[in-house]
Amino acid sequence: MTEKATVWEVFIQTKNGLAHKHVGNVHAADKIMALENARDLYTRRNEGSCIWVVKSSEIISSESEDSEAFFDPSNDKMYRHPTFYTMPDGAKHI
Amino acid sequence: MDNLFIYILRIADCSLILGQRMSEWCSKGPTLEEDIALSNIGLDLFGQANGFYEYASKIDGNKSADELAFKRNEREFFNYQISEQKNGHFGTTMVRNFLRDAFKYLFYNELSKSKDETLAALASKSIKEVKYHLRHSSNWIIRLGDGTNESNEKVQKSLDFLWQFTGEFFEMDEIDNKMLQEGIGVDNKKLKNEWNKIIIDTLNKGKLNKPEDGYMASGSKKGIHTEHLGFLLAEMQYLPRAYPDAKW
Repeated sequence: MTEKATVWEVFIQTKNGLAHKHVGNVHAADKIMALENARDLYTRRNEGSCIWVVKSSEIISSESEDSEAFFDPSNDKMYRHPTFYTMPDGAKHI
Repeated sequence: MDNLFIYILRIADCSLILGQRMSEWCSKGPTLEEDIALSNIGLDLFGQANGFYEYASKIDGNKSADELAFKRNEREFFNYQISEQKNGHFGTTMVRNFLRDAFKYLFYNELSKSKDETLAALASKSIKEVKYHLRHSSNWIIRLGDGTNESNEKVQKSLDFLWQFTGEFFEMDEIDNKMLQEGIGVDNKKLKNEWNKIIIDTLNKGKLNKPEDGYMASGSKKGIHTEHLGFLLAEMQYLPRAYPDAKW
């Protein structure tokens, strides 16, 4: 199986309403196996309410050589952060 | 001995012995992910066994749950013979578990309606785990059966061999009948149609043939077992028997 297995990235949602968070990856030969392996590896201790698995090869990532063009221009533009808002009491997960 | 006590022991033994078999896979699984899955299933089974032993121990009043697991001999164990069958290759383990998981799933479903509240609660707790075990084993049956010629052939062979141990699921003896009459136990005979449906459906998806009912092994309700159980117990019980004062 190891030759046929591919790597899948695993995302777990800890609670309804929260975003799925990347937790790691698993090897699996198909999507059902990927989901089951993810369940066995990452949710045995009550960590989640929903699992996503995505083939690693399907994820498009920015390259490190692009990082200047991608991210540097925003370094000196603090005004893009909405710091002038006051957070209402009791607002969570913002 | 008390009928209820024996009835509970049968359920507990089945989980304990298969759990021990699953623990033998630890560090030997075909992949890291599967290794963890197999050990997890083993742990689930130990958890189930423990719940039922605790209840049996309460009824018996003399022996603790640990003593029930570690201080009984082969002839005093009542697990279905299929649970003690050797792991063999990965496909054999999956076939053995699949045949049993399908039965246990139906069995716990019925037991969860028992008049005995403790049994009903233990069954309801177990059923969630067994549902997952069944899902895991049936997916592997389909994957291996519908895989390569070699995997199909190997799984079919395991299936043909293990089929003889499925007759025991549907046997009813005096104790079973008593428990059924009292509204505590399950009518195993009634589960056969549903079980056949699950088996046929999965085997079809896996391009495997359901073996014909031929010779069926029997005897575990009276403590009669295949030669494998003695070796399994020798390994499992060695430590508490050699060092009776050992603490967890």
